[in-house]
Amino acid sequence: MTASAHPALNAELRLNEKMFDADVQKVAIREGFGHGLVIAGDADARVVVLSGDLTESAHAEGFKKKFPERFVEIGVAEQNMAAVASGMAAKGKIPFITSYAMFSPGRNWEQIRTTICYNNQPVKVAGSHAGVSVGPDGGTHQAIEDIAITRVIPRMMVICPCDAIEARKATVAAASTGTPVYLRLARNATPIITTDDTPFRIGEAQIVWRSKAPTVGIIATGALVHKALVAARQLSETGVEVEVMNLATIKPLDEAAVVALATRTGRIVTVEEHQVAAGMGSAVAECLAVHHPVPMRFIGVQDQFGQSGTPEELIEHYGMG
Amino acid sequence: MLLSEKQTITLEETANDIRKSIIEMLVAAGSGHTAGPLGMADVFTVLYFHTLRHDPRNPKWDDRDRVLLSNGHICPVLYAAMAYAGYFPKESLMTLRKFGSPLQGHPHREFLPSLESSSGPLGEGLSQAVGMAIADKMDGKSGARRIYCLMSDAELDEGESWEAAMLGGKLALNNLVAVIDRNNIQIDGLTEDVMPLEPLAKKWKAFNWHVLEIDGHNMEEIAAAFHKAKTIYDKPTVIIAHTIPGKGVVEFESDYRWHGNPPNQQQAEMALAELRALGEEIHSRAES
Repeated sequence: MTASAHPALNAELRLNEKMFDADVQKVAIREGFGHGLVIAGDADARVVVLSGDLTESAHAEGFKKKFPERFVEIGVAEQNMAAVASGMAAKGKIPFITSYAMFSPGRNWEQIRTTICYNNQPVKVAGSHAGVSVGPDGGTHQAIEDIAITRVIPRMMVICPCDAIEARKATVAAASTGTPVYLRLARNATPIITTDDTPFRIGEAQIVWRSKAPTVGIIATGALVHKALVAARQLSETGVEVEVMNLATIKPLDEAAVVALATRTGRIVTVEEHQVAAGMGSAVAECLAVHHPVPMRFIGVQDQFGQSGTPEELIEHYGMG
Repeated sequence: MLLSEKQTITLEETANDIRKSIIEMLVAAGSGHTAGPLGMADVFTVLYFHTLRHDPRNPKWDDRDRVLLSNGHICPVLYAAMAYAGYFPKESLMTLRKFGSPLQGHPHREFLPSLESSSGPLGEGLSQAVGMAIADKMDGKSGARRIYCLMSDAELDEGESWEAAMLGGKLALNNLVAVIDRNNIQIDGLTEDVMPLEPLAKKWKAFNWHVLEIDGHNMEEIAAAFHKAKTIYDKPTVIIAHTIPGKGVVEFESDYRWHGNPPNQQQAEMALAELRALGEEIHSRAES
């Protein structure tokens, strides 16, 4: 059965009809970011890109080829990269700094806090290789604390796209917020969930899977939105009705949508490729504890470090499969 | 000579007034740093009253030179120099570190919009200055305006300082001038005991910077170094300004314990008396 035939998928969002097919197209979320960078660069000459010696891997290569005069190779120096970007933003540029999430915003957190956010400079931090799905590189390179350390900083927006198409749109949108933004990007090729026609706005959560009488609301972010949809379809076949929310913007949180989902369903499960401590689920809990407390469960990494393995093995091992 | 005798004396008088204001600000605040601000009063005076291309009445003028204070803790000297230059009324100086004051304990440009950057955590200013210099190069504006980054010596303990130095050297940012306050002290003691920096000039040369070493209390040398930096076309320039921390108040000079402490009322009266005497001496030279 193809998705187009499944009535539970939100038709208004014009999602990928083949998302449940065995041969579903898979593209790395970071690749969508790379396409977005070129579009953003075309649209606005103020957009500049800084690279921390990971130009190809972090998908800044396309921008570098098209706009070499607006590309700066910083070397393996993420702290410097963040603060250099702040200085460029102070001079009217819209800098994107690109590296692995473990190093940016991991290594350079204080520079991001002080020179970017405290200074209120519109620098965009693009962290690739977020989550355990980085795979064989192992735990040192798997950022699973990055949502926590970015969402805690005042003024920082935090966006975690669910697929490469949404990553492209999020990148273009991030360029024009006038604020600091963290873009959380995954390494591995993952199923395409959305289409070019799917609407995207920063700060708007989307109900991707609907039900008439849902008993659980699943809130997912990043590539795990696809896993949540697969789970929802399986549950529906056993008679359990759920709703699934794609929470691409973790900050600012779409509180109205989160509260509405909790009100409709009475129970919330959050799903993220991140420590459950202080991540997306915590952001949801902070909102619901105040506005509409409901029982919650948190799917994510449970206070552990990652390790080597295939992305699939690791997602399964850490309880997110 | 770049400065006439009259210019030199006028600058010395201004620096002396700035030092008196620093003492008064610190006493009123009841906390803050004494040694660094006093030590850098001469460099800031030359910068704001001789070198800078700026318009204090139009602080957002696009073609102004930019000043970044990387070691934000010496902000009393920055605030005083800016007030004397006309960026804001001198009366505001007495609000230093008070709730709601534009003069935050470490510089914050949202409270004082004429600041170029909010700063405090060490080792970050040069990176931001490098970023500004790169942006001006991209925009073809590097001939019109210059970026000045004021730094401490001890903040060179921070690795990021050297990351920025490498990038500045790589890109030959001749529109960038770093000034290091080489006062040899930091919180835990002397820099050469805490973490040796020497040979400092050789380090910067090795990072492909043009290095100038000056007496940071000699107005002519300070002005000449800023002037010389404009003539260096193939590299960024670093001016290592040898200064005496606490300069102007004998009891405070070269004592690292004055790094992070303000004078009490009695000490302040003594300091102001010394500075007033110094001011009279400068004045008498002007008349002779």
